[in-house]
Amino acid sequence: MARKDNKPDGDLTPAAGNGILNRRLFLERTLMAGAGGIALGASGASAEPLTNPKWTMEPGAPFNPYGKPSRYEDKTVRQFAAPANPATPGVGSSRTPHHLLDGMITPNSLHFERSHGGVPDIDPQQHRLVIHGLVKKPLSFTMEALSRYPMTSRVSFIECGGNSGGLSAPAAAPLNVQGIHGLLSCAEWTGVKLSTLLDEAGVDPAAKWILAEGADSQSVSRSIPLAKALDDVLVCLYQNGERIRPENGYPVRLLVPGYSGNMNIKWLRRIKLVDAPIMTKDETSKYTILLPTGKAWQFVFPLEVKSTITRPSPGLDLKGPGFYEISGLAWSGNGKIVKVEVSADGGKSWAPAALQEPVLSKALTRFRAPWNWNGGPAILQSRATDDTGMVQPSRAQIIAERGLRGAYHFNVIQSWNVDEKGVLANVHA
Amino acid sequence: MSMLERSILAAAFSIAAGLAVAADTPQLGQPISEADLAAWDISVGPNGVGLPAGKGTVAQGEAVYAAKCQACHGEKGAGRPNDVLVGGFDSLPGDKPALKTVGSFWPYPTTFFDYVRRAMPWTSPKTLTNDEVYAVAAYVFSLNGIIKADEVMDAQTLPKVRMPNRDGFTPFPRSPKVD
Repeated sequence: MARKDNKPDGDLTPAAGNGILNRRLFLERTLMAGAGGIALGASGASAEPLTNPKWTMEPGAPFNPYGKPSRYEDKTVRQFAAPANPATPGVGSSRTPHHLLDGMITPNSLHFERSHGGVPDIDPQQHRLVIHGLVKKPLSFTMEALSRYPMTSRVSFIECGGNSGGLSAPAAAPLNVQGIHGLLSCAEWTGVKLSTLLDEAGVDPAAKWILAEGADSQSVSRSIPLAKALDDVLVCLYQNGERIRPENGYPVRLLVPGYSGNMNIKWLRRIKLVDAPIMTKDETSKYTILLPTGKAWQFVFPLEVKSTITRPSPGLDLKGPGFYEISGLAWSGNGKIVKVEVSADGGKSWAPAALQEPVLSKALTRFRAPWNWNGGPAILQSRATDDTGMVQPSRAQIIAERGLRGAYHFNVIQSWNVDEKGVLANVHA
Repeated sequence: MSMLERSILAAAFSIAAGLAVAADTPQLGQPISEADLAAWDISVGPNGVGLPAGKGTVAQGEAVYAAKCQACHGEKGAGRPNDVLVGGFDSLPGDKPALKTVGSFWPYPTTFFDYVRRAMPWTSPKTLTNDEVYAVAAYVFSLNGIIKADEVMDAQTLPKVRMPNRDGFTPFPRSPKVD
């Protein structure tokens, strides 16, 4: 593929300020032929001579029924704060360690959790899903019955409406990518189209919304427009190929692609068709965005276009000047990511990153860009654009639109400061 | 075509249609009456649909609150360690942190009944009687100055309570329109 600027693909001329390089370097394998090697970062010191370690000199471990990560990866774990009230320990969340992951899929054991009343221990034999209200025929489904329906799979992100809310703090908090953006994960979800089950119950023309409710102690409930329910909502039984994990809704949850995480009701037990929203606690007192006027935005459904750099990022400090791959995640609840740009000079100049295939609607998209760090100060940023044309806003734009109190759906461009020692920190820039 | 032929044809069509539906999905939902799922049908809309029989007074609510709510929500709804339930009026406009309470922020009285009945007390949800939920609603609304101390909450009176922030919400402009 020819470059628009007519420079050869292996060209090391920066594509943007402070060392951002052409995205085709390394990523699209165009540097190799005749480029004569790369002058980036090589120290010239020889590698250590090799000997055979003990694991090549003796038989390994036998089989085990359910695998787990290497014992050397014990830092790759979810992070959660102690409960504000020890009497209510199941209220809160745990966060995905995106700085330690790559690709677009979140492993099930690391998918973020958000719970209002703890994780219920549901017996699938006893659990039921009922569909009722404005239908011709109220229905009750066993889990065994649901598992016999035609299944659909889609890769989809789920993001808590409060994710990245820490960026609304007036002063930048000393948080890493897990602490800021960890209420975000992406899995392959498999289940029955909700439209199939609604057709079976027979939707009354007066129905305009559904109420979806969980079987947890809080019976978390949300109103969802019927049009969305009939469009792409899935009644999910499987997460990345296995039955959904308890903390993510076992035995059955809703997937409401692209919409605020709280609407993806876990431990789903009831769907009621109604003519108007129920105005539940989580669609009035919470998950609404209070504006400076004193009015609040309600029914804030789509998670708008957003991105973050996961590597390098705080905790993954740079080991001296030279080549680094900037890697991150971009996503939009409105569709596909079409462009991600990166900056190493705090947004003064930008260059396009490479998008890792597959790029899927309402899924996490991995982006990568080569960077030659010169050892000086830098501010790393990413800015995503989706296929509706929406561009991820700056922090100043969001503040101008809604002030600093609307911390839900806070999709601002976020900044990592790099100092001369290669230490990264969250900053407002 | 005779009536008999028409009937036979109609029957054949409906069998074919039935088979087509059956081939689409397994049709494994079991019919259930609204009466048989009533124990799960606990949502209450802003028009009051779903409110059960029962009633409660402010004084009764004060006793229920002291016994079952105060440990987490503080004396007279002052909050700590969990959410503040009272006050915060006039804190919504501006750029200072807002105090979003039942009194200052919640737009509908029915949301309070719906949420408390399904989710509170946190350690033993769904254990309050309907009378107790009505009474706690009366008490918390009274603490906020929204109803008078002698008002009784029931399925008729509760949905008519006008919350101060009833008109405080507007749909997010970039969500798809409903209707």
